[in-house]
Amino acid sequence: MSALFKFHGGVHPPTHKTESTATPITRLPLPARLVVPFRQHAGDAAIPIVKPGDHVLKGQLIGEPQGFVSSAVHAPTSGVIEFIGPHPVAHPSGLPDICAVLIPDGKESWIEKVSVDYRNTPIAGLREHLRMAGIVGLGGAVFPSDIKLRPLRGHSIQNIEVLILNGAECEPYITCDDMLMRERAAEVVRGGEILRFMLGAGKVLIGIEDNKPEAIAAMRAAVQAEGLPFEVAEIPTLYPSGSAKQLIRVLTGREVPSGELPTDIGVQSFNVATAYSVARCFEQGEPMLSRIVTVTGNVTQPRNYEVLLGTPIADLLAHSEPKTDTRGYLMGGPMMGTPLPSTDVPLVKASNCFIAMSDALFPAPPATLPCIRCGRCADACPADLQPMDLYWFARAKDFGKTQSYHLFDCIECGACAYVCPSHIPLVQYYRFAKSEIRAREQDKLSADRARERHEYREFRMEREKREKEEKLRAKERAAQATKPAATGEVPTASDAAAEAQRKIQDALAQAKAQAAEAQPRNTENLTPEQLAEIAEIEARRARIRELAKSDVEAPKE
Amino acid sequence: MAAFFSPFLSKPDTVSRIMLQVLLALLPGIAMYVWYFGPAILVSISLASITALGTEALMLKLRDRPVAPFLKDHSALLTGWLLALSIPPLAPWWLVVVGTAFCIVVAKHLYGGLGNNLFNPAMVGFAVLIISFPAQMTQWISPHGLGQIELTFADQLRYMFLGILPPNVTLDAITMATPLDTLKTHLHLDEPIRQILDMPIYGRLAGQGSEMVSWGFLAGGLYLMARRIISWHIPLAYLGTIFAMAGIFHLADPAHYVTPLFHWFSGAAMLGAFFILTDPVSSPTTHHGKLIFAAGAGLITYLIRAFGGFPDGTAFATLLMNICVPLIVLYTQPKIFGRKGRKP
Repeated sequence: MSALFKFHGGVHPPTHKTESTATPITRLPLPARLVVPFRQHAGDAAIPIVKPGDHVLKGQLIGEPQGFVSSAVHAPTSGVIEFIGPHPVAHPSGLPDICAVLIPDGKESWIEKVSVDYRNTPIAGLREHLRMAGIVGLGGAVFPSDIKLRPLRGHSIQNIEVLILNGAECEPYITCDDMLMRERAAEVVRGGEILRFMLGAGKVLIGIEDNKPEAIAAMRAAVQAEGLPFEVAEIPTLYPSGSAKQLIRVLTGREVPSGELPTDIGVQSFNVATAYSVARCFEQGEPMLSRIVTVTGNVTQPRNYEVLLGTPIADLLAHSEPKTDTRGYLMGGPMMGTPLPSTDVPLVKASNCFIAMSDALFPAPPATLPCIRCGRCADACPADLQPMDLYWFARAKDFGKTQSYHLFDCIECGACAYVCPSHIPLVQYYRFAKSEIRAREQDKLSADRARERHEYREFRMEREKREKEEKLRAKERAAQATKPAATGEVPTASDAAAEAQRKIQDALAQAKAQAAEAQPRNTENLTPEQLAEIAEIEARRARIRELAKSDVEAPKE
Repeated sequence: MAAFFSPFLSKPDTVSRIMLQVLLALLPGIAMYVWYFGPAILVSISLASITALGTEALMLKLRDRPVAPFLKDHSALLTGWLLALSIPPLAPWWLVVVGTAFCIVVAKHLYGGLGNNLFNPAMVGFAVLIISFPAQMTQWISPHGLGQIELTFADQLRYMFLGILPPNVTLDAITMATPLDTLKTHLHLDEPIRQILDMPIYGRLAGQGSEMVSWGFLAGGLYLMARRIISWHIPLAYLGTIFAMAGIFHLADPAHYVTPLFHWFSGAAMLGAFFILTDPVSSPTTHHGKLIFAAGAGLITYLIRAFGGFPDGTAFATLLMNICVPLIVLYTQPKIFGRKGRKP
């Protein structure tokens, strides 16, 4: 057993995990209709490739990935596509997104499942396979896994030393990874081996918090049974040990430098549920169609379900029988989750937990008082930040200062707000400051762009004016030159000059035509919709270029 | 809905509870005080409490702030108690009232109220009183068994509120200089330390009675540390610096400089180390900053005691170091995660 390391801070909120681990994972019966969003991952939405009325098979591709950061979407069961269009989704903004409504035929008839012999397939092909199977990180960030398996910038191969399987599950209430590891450890471990193979990593560490002894035992047994040299590390229960950078620190003692990626220090990490999906994908030929989700809190039947993606949350919640005093639901854990805007939204790849809230479980916090600079937040911060100073600057809208105090190193784990005796919603202030700074940068960018465009237009008009004048002068000169020719004199030196002038004119005209071609034409009289569309396409292109240039920031699993 | 934003859980810890714990931790020291100096201190604490709550409510009203939640945070009460514990227990009633009112009105609310005061409010009040009313501020009651006459509680009350002493009793008969003051006066008279410390006013470590009050504050301070209300940085650096300074001078010249332990258990050293310098609002937030801040305060305290014009220096040391807090915090920013070994 290698030595474990500590990260600064951390908190011990009540875990509330045992409520939902008493019953095995329950498979939810087929719902009457499924609503499958085309954006269930970080990045661009998949493009629908089916239309209303189409009959689809279970596992059939219905959304093709587009762009670099994107992933495929599949029909979770067989049935008929009823509708494709906007539908409310579980996004904090409450805005609808494009979804496919699927009416199951109840037959669960599969596409032809093709397993992949990963050891005898080119790695690039394996990555493409994962992308087309819709495999994304299931720890919450839903980042497409194929991108995290790509070689580093400037390298032809991966040079990852350590692969970490994240089974820490540090958020209170959530137990979906715990139950998955207890019941399906072998597949998790085999998925880990596939990921290790793809990365060429030498060492695999599986980090699990010590409040999950059953999962640790099951994973150790599975590692032994599979005969793999993985190490299952029992790490102290301390929120947020499941945050990627903190877990890397605990397991390897290395700190991911600020602004860099774990791969920059030779480490890559995946959630255990992602590893499980990878194993299902290659061994069974199954794309990502379902996930394990915890339903707990103020319900009579707290437990974990295996649920088809697209299942309406209301259906899922009904199975756990929320108590009558339930006043709302959280998606995700209580430390970083968000309130569910409505239960009329579908379950997606990111949905790991739903918590029914009651006043008894989530009492209203006491009134907010001024900060007394007690420093408990700084003692709790896993990023070694000074939350009281960041709060002060964010409140004063001194955004420059927030940045010099490293606001963007804040992982929004909520440990500071959890311990604050004045009950200040600190994380909200940081989010506000971050979004304000981003918006200002965006404004500055578009202002710069507008200025450049304006300057170019001035330059172009100036040039055209000049060219017109020159043309006019040339014409006059040509007219003068042709006069003597009309009188029947032999070509002279002035004729040669006119010839040269004409050639120059031709070349100029050609260059102008080329320039005009390169410039977008007919951009003067467009409708706002068209302009918006162009702006969106431009933004997407710019983003893709950005992504292709710099490596992408892979959020925590 | 209770909260709209994560986190949805919070530790059941409040400013009010923290302040209550600090008040609670003062009780052993107060008990010792009552035992050795009589119940008059309880009267000044009560007076200070009433004044603190009254002026706090008034200022909140004037500043158009909600009164009830702020009164319940117990911070004004704590300021009042700390001031009452810093001034002579037999002080006339108006001294306590004026001092406390100044703490709350000027040092706290004119700076923006809870969380915004640059200076420790209780020490501002103390400094104002000792400069404005030096005579009243030196009328320290003699410890139990040392005075020529001991006043009854009724007599004490009569003196505090009406300024009337029993017939044939002079003020000198019931008060005496503090151990630090006595030491200073007699050292000026070129008496050797050994001889001075043989005076009946001195006990085992420092002043008779007052050393026991210090023990009480030490016990309360350790309780606060155990409950993690305060961290070890400030008490350790403050007492450590006093110990080191006193130790060096005592070793170099034991005839003129008292032992480190004498300094620890005299005056406001213990109260300052655990209850005054540790005020979160007016002390640095960074751990390194706390060490520098408290070491500076320890140094100034010792210099004032050994070479300055006042017998004790905790209050001035606190105020002087309060001025330095923003600078100390600026230069002691910790390295953050992922930036260790790099420029911050």
